[in-house]
Amino acid sequence: MSDTVLEIKGLTVRLPEGADREFAIEDVSLTVGKGEIVCIVGESGSGKSVTAFTVMGLIPKKDLVPVAGQILLQGDDLLKKSDRQMRKLRGEKMAMVFQEPMTALNPVVKVGDQIGELLEIHTNMSRAARKTRVIEVMKDVSLPDPEKMYNSFPHQLSGGQRQRIMIAMALALEPGLLIADEPTTALDVTTQAEVLELIKDIQRRHGMGVMFITHDFGVVADIATRVIVMQHGKVVEQGTRDQILTDPQHPYTKMLIGSVPSLTPPDRPEPKAAEVALEAHKLNKVYGTSGFFSKGRVVHAAQDVELVVHRGETLGVVGESGSGKSTVARCIVRLIDPTGGDITINGANIATMTEREMRPYRQQIQIVFQDPYRSLNPRRTVGQSIVEGPMNFGLGAAEAQVRAEDLMRIVGLAPEALDRFPHQFSGGQRQRVCIARALAMEPKVLIADEAVSALDVSVQAQVLRLLHDVRERYDLAMLFITHDLRVAAQICDRIMVMQHGVVVEQGRTADVYANPNHPYTKSLLAAAPGRDMDFARLA
Amino acid sequence: MANVDQDDLMADAILSRKENPGVVSLMLNNRAIFWGSSLLFVFVMVAILAPLFTADPVSINPINRLKPPSAATLFGTDFLGRDIFARTLYGARISLVVGIAVAIIAISIGLVLGLVAGYVRVLDAVIMRTMDGLMSIPAILLAIALISLSGATLGTVIVAIVIPEVPRVVRLVRAVVLTVREEPYVEAAIAAGTKLPLILSRHILPNTIAPLIVQATYVCASAMLTESILGFLGAGIPPEIPSWGNIMSEGRTYFQISPWIIFFPGIALALTVLAVNIVGDGLRDTLDPRIARKM
Repeated sequence: MSDTVLEIKGLTVRLPEGADREFAIEDVSLTVGKGEIVCIVGESGSGKSVTAFTVMGLIPKKDLVPVAGQILLQGDDLLKKSDRQMRKLRGEKMAMVFQEPMTALNPVVKVGDQIGELLEIHTNMSRAARKTRVIEVMKDVSLPDPEKMYNSFPHQLSGGQRQRIMIAMALALEPGLLIADEPTTALDVTTQAEVLELIKDIQRRHGMGVMFITHDFGVVADIATRVIVMQHGKVVEQGTRDQILTDPQHPYTKMLIGSVPSLTPPDRPEPKAAEVALEAHKLNKVYGTSGFFSKGRVVHAAQDVELVVHRGETLGVVGESGSGKSTVARCIVRLIDPTGGDITINGANIATMTEREMRPYRQQIQIVFQDPYRSLNPRRTVGQSIVEGPMNFGLGAAEAQVRAEDLMRIVGLAPEALDRFPHQFSGGQRQRVCIARALAMEPKVLIADEAVSALDVSVQAQVLRLLHDVRERYDLAMLFITHDLRVAAQICDRIMVMQHGVVVEQGRTADVYANPNHPYTKSLLAAAPGRDMDFARLA
Repeated sequence: MANVDQDDLMADAILSRKENPGVVSLMLNNRAIFWGSSLLFVFVMVAILAPLFTADPVSINPINRLKPPSAATLFGTDFLGRDIFARTLYGARISLVVGIAVAIIAISIGLVLGLVAGYVRVLDAVIMRTMDGLMSIPAILLAIALISLSGATLGTVIVAIVIPEVPRVVRLVRAVVLTVREEPYVEAAIAAGTKLPLILSRHILPNTIAPLIVQATYVCASAMLTESILGFLGAGIPPEIPSWGNIMSEGRTYFQISPWIIFFPGIALALTVLAVNIVGDGLRDTLDPRIARKM
């Protein structure tokens, strides 16, 4: 077993008292070999990150105590090392890349110096030699113009470049083991594809072992040699990439893989001619104007956006961060004022209405937000949150209560839970409550702004199903905003692709996915992780 | 997605039984709050019940001038033979009244202005520049100016201390409002057609309460100190009403021969301010969920 870089045997880590279970991870055994990318997959709370942090010795010792097992890094038991010995091992023998490249880098130190710091601590290299080596690793991770970038600060780089810096830092001392904790989750899909390619390439060239933590089966399909599936702190299944993805044995693995939406849109019947529920014409939003003191920077968040949504239809708006898709949604709900253009609901142009004139139209258009933890007032019961809207429009307390109870049943929650507070619900349940709150207004148009992006894949599938059901039941026009092409493929009848505030392509989902016209759409589809795997279909 | 059926839906729908411990029990468990408020309680009771166990604080007895502490006069007497013990106890009334009144008034005014400044963009600049202006005036000088204009009464002293405290509260409230107004649940309320007054009172105001309670204790402590400083400078409460500040002020000249005149009210002031600050720290730890979770 000289090829084994990391071997974990029966590792158990105890949680502090009062947690929802006794052990964060229990009896976890796995190996990472030389030249292998081992993906640890699981939903939130599965213990995948605790495993990684325990290996690195970065867990808070007071709260999380390893009580049993061994972590052998090239035969050396890490659990027996002192803090001082661990410090030496980190960087030299093992390194870690974190999820959020902005917060993992020090904002006030030049990136070159941040990479150089590792060399300064662990080696006796001279200043000049260090700089040469830093530029060498920066070249290694394909950063453009490393000599110049050496002197940049993190905020001057893009998200993908920052993540490359993190990887360069991890590589500087050529460790045998690289731990990557969701390194691409915070990145846009095209950048994600590049970073994944880079990690694969580096792993091949340096022959290191990579432990790659992710929740995304698309990424797994792209990068893994072997896969380890975790649930509630235990390893439920492990095997090679193809075994796990094509022939999963454990019911949990089957459920997870079955919940991943397919990138192939299902066959949909030709849309029936239905009335137009929402229409936007030449919608513009410009941020920032030159002020008295400053020259000002003008950003066209949305430029001449045209869209039409019929009743009973879902229009998907897809694009990367900064493409203006959320701006369009927020203009339509009039959370922000559009700079120009028309938004027509029921024949009335709401784009230029004052708040007072707008009020009657608020009922007809509702929105579900991305973050289920922040979209409900933590100090009010979910019942109060649901009835707030209808009661604003004159519904009596008793009727509102009845309506709330009905809606709770429709979204799959117990009506008795109406007098509970949001913190007593899970993320998926909260998102159901948010959907109930939106439906309570009996809207004609429902906007889902990344409504399933923060959810685990199994919960995501359930909430998508719920959105699909309520759209049918109430004949809603739905505007579905997402960055996830898989989700969009499954739920949207038509798709609108946005880039830098401009709609670059629009059409029936199946057509756009099969024959993308615009180069940006093509690159988005090409970058979707795991595009070659056919995961389960939604509808 | 075909394999997600109603059972899965209901499995997700089973509610967690997490309960948060009540605020009251959290407070009782916090030692700082317990000891601080016990000490404060003693001071309040002493201030209220002072007439029951002390002599008249203003009766002059020239024969017993500048007597050191003894069984008859616990804290000694001053240059007019007045009982320092009685004067210190009665002085607690002024300190506590000033502290509490300033805290309540400053917080009330600051809360309203802060909510408006934070939420109504048009008024933000106007209110905040005014507050910046107020903050640039030295508190003690403003107080002296006000008191010399309108006479030294309890009311004037309170007003004089409130004015420089208000901007601090406004800034605090405005900062909270600016963060909370971006929360999706506030946007959801806007989308649900909730009117502005309700959005402010229902969704935004509750978030300001915890930081305001903590701020109130600091305002209270600093008001008591400022009142004493004013008294000490002779610009505070008129000398016929005993306050810790003016007792110390009168004792200043005799400090070397009869230090007890300054010592006892000084200790009382220090203890009261300490108690209020300890309660404030305890409340901050309890009410700030990020810190509370670590305890």
